[in-house]
Amino acid sequence: MKSVLYVLSAFAVMGLAFWAYHENYQTQQALKDVEQLQREIGARRESLAVLRAEWAYLNRPERLNDLVNMNFERLGLLPLTPEQFGRVEQLSYPVTHDIIPGLGSDFDIDNSVSVQGDQP
Amino acid sequence: MIRAPLRPLARILRAREAGENPDAIEAENLRLRHENMRDASRLQAEGRLLVLSVFFFCAFALVGARMGLLAASEAEEPRAQASGAAIVAQRADITDRNGRILATNMYTYSLYAQVPDMVDKPKAARELALIFPDLNEQKLLEDFTGKRKFLWIRRVLSPEQKQAVHDIGDPGLLFGPREMRLYPNGKLAAHILGGATFGREGVHSAEVIGVAGVEKAFDDFLRDPANGGKPLQLSIDLTVQSALRQVLYGGMKLMNAKGAAAVLMNIHTGEIISMVSLPDFDPNDRPTPALTGDPADSPLFNRAVQGVYELGSTFKIFAIAQSMELGLNGPDTMVDANAPMKWGKFTIREFENKNYGPKLSVTDVIVKSSNVGTARIAMEIGAQRQKEFLRTLGFLEATPVEMVEAPGARPIFPSNWSEITTITASYGHGIAASPLHLAAGYSSLLNGGTLVTPTLLKRENVAPGPRIVSKQVSAAARDMLRQVVVRGTASFGAVPGYEVGGKTGTANKPKPNGGYYDNKNINTFAAVFPTSEPEYTLIVTMDEASDNSSSKPRRTAGWTAVPVAAEVIRRTAPLLGLRPIIEKVGLPEVTLTSN
Repeated sequence: MKSVLYVLSAFAVMGLAFWAYHENYQTQQALKDVEQLQREIGARRESLAVLRAEWAYLNRPERLNDLVNMNFERLGLLPLTPEQFGRVEQLSYPVTHDIIPGLGSDFDIDNSVSVQGDQP
Repeated sequence: MIRAPLRPLARILRAREAGENPDAIEAENLRLRHENMRDASRLQAEGRLLVLSVFFFCAFALVGARMGLLAASEAEEPRAQASGAAIVAQRADITDRNGRILATNMYTYSLYAQVPDMVDKPKAARELALIFPDLNEQKLLEDFTGKRKFLWIRRVLSPEQKQAVHDIGDPGLLFGPREMRLYPNGKLAAHILGGATFGREGVHSAEVIGVAGVEKAFDDFLRDPANGGKPLQLSIDLTVQSALRQVLYGGMKLMNAKGAAAVLMNIHTGEIISMVSLPDFDPNDRPTPALTGDPADSPLFNRAVQGVYELGSTFKIFAIAQSMELGLNGPDTMVDANAPMKWGKFTIREFENKNYGPKLSVTDVIVKSSNVGTARIAMEIGAQRQKEFLRTLGFLEATPVEMVEAPGARPIFPSNWSEITTITASYGHGIAASPLHLAAGYSSLLNGGTLVTPTLLKRENVAPGPRIVSKQVSAAARDMLRQVVVRGTASFGAVPGYEVGGKTGTANKPKPNGGYYDNKNINTFAAVFPTSEPEYTLIVTMDEASDNSSSKPRRTAGWTAVPVAAEVIRRTAPLLGLRPIIEKVGLPEVTLTSN
């Protein structure tokens, strides 16, 4: 009986030793992975910072101004002026044809003008 | 346990027979028993002591060994801790109010030489001089062959330069990683940002420290790792800053000015939306301060903050507003404006010796910019009250703005505030302040009458400061300034839709050794818009401007600073989201309703 117990505990010790050995290597691998990831995060952050700096550099107002001037014929961009602010009532809405009931959609008004406001 | 008897019968009997005292036997046995007991307990105590000492020895040995290990081993990051802490740059970014980058970091390399490791010194010197034209081959070779063992060659390298140096292939030429400060917008906001340089330098890294402006004022904040890389957000709006600089630069060239400065301030919060001083510099390559000559001529000089000038008639509104606040005058009160006015040995004249008098309404004193009228009003107020009022508005102290240059720019005024000072200060002479002072003063006076503190930091909610003047006085002052633009000296300042109000100021520049130049002016226009519901204050100052478009050069602010300011407002107000105020023509408004 006693010898069986001895043999069993010897196997248990060997099993545990193998498990501990295995865990040790897994832990070291995980640490290496973390380190690798940290390094990668650092590198990514660095390149992100460089990209952000480059984005800011390429979008500097001076350069955008030059680009707008160079492409004026194509884009026709001008500085924002007060006249470009509009109001809702200054918009002309698209004319829908069946606005007068019973006339159908083939009814066309010649020389239509857009009218707004009260009747005189 | 069998104990030895103290009085064994056999020995007792024998002793009695021999006639001895049997008690001696008992005493002897007792002694022996006690000796045995003593030996046993000593053994036990000694054993316990031994165990305890072994325990203590082990404990101290453990502590000592750990200490020795910690002292002798290389420091190492705790690797098992997967910390969430971000890897952040050494110095935080600076952004504008919308989060656009004004200053950030770049990663680059420095170049240094370990002279004993160098193989071909003449070749290295020759090639380095080819890559960097500002290096001298002869001097490099001297350094390489001299006594020095270590030598910095360049603080920062471009990637191309790094590759070229790498291609030399000398093992003694080494690169050290560097974080460098980058200002992607170049000259824009140069004076505000200031610049940065390297502090203590090592092979593996170097400190980046601010040298001027916001970079120096917030050096500790920007370098504090506890902030976790949180950027410093300024109140500056990059777009507006760009438009303002462009217009001001054009205006400076058109008006043949030596320099120009402008401050655009939120009238309620005191946030500086834009601040430009020309000529300016590139903070990426900050010039070294000139050791000779006038520092005000250097591009490093921030005219808006450091430029302490006599700001001329722009000060008149303060005297007028104070007299209205004190109830001495109303907007329509007629005051004596008969020019020239004699006071002691001084004669107060109007512009070009005109006479607007004999009587002018208070509004017309501002509209026509009458020195005499303002002087009379100031004399009613008195020196003490005038000085106190200007002190409350911040004209007697340096501005509290968050720049390292600000505390050095103290206003200049006579220590003895006599009556003639009262008179001249009322129209902006004899007291010198910076354009930023003026912007803060105008904001405080015209925003409804509460004090604002100029700031370069973005603020969400600002509680109104202490009251300076009543709402009515503030509104009346705005009306007067509006009249200046509608029918007064600043007629070029009108911008349709923005109800610009403002006051011109033309002051002769003082000579360095006393007296004033006749043909050199500081022209200022202090504007507020829109006057009905004020949002922004704009100060435009031009140094030695003159409009040469006609036969006679015109050097007044109305011809120089005002048209530039008008263009600034026309360009920047839409960018600030200000909707032009359109006069209603009686159309019924369409209301957007949801369905």
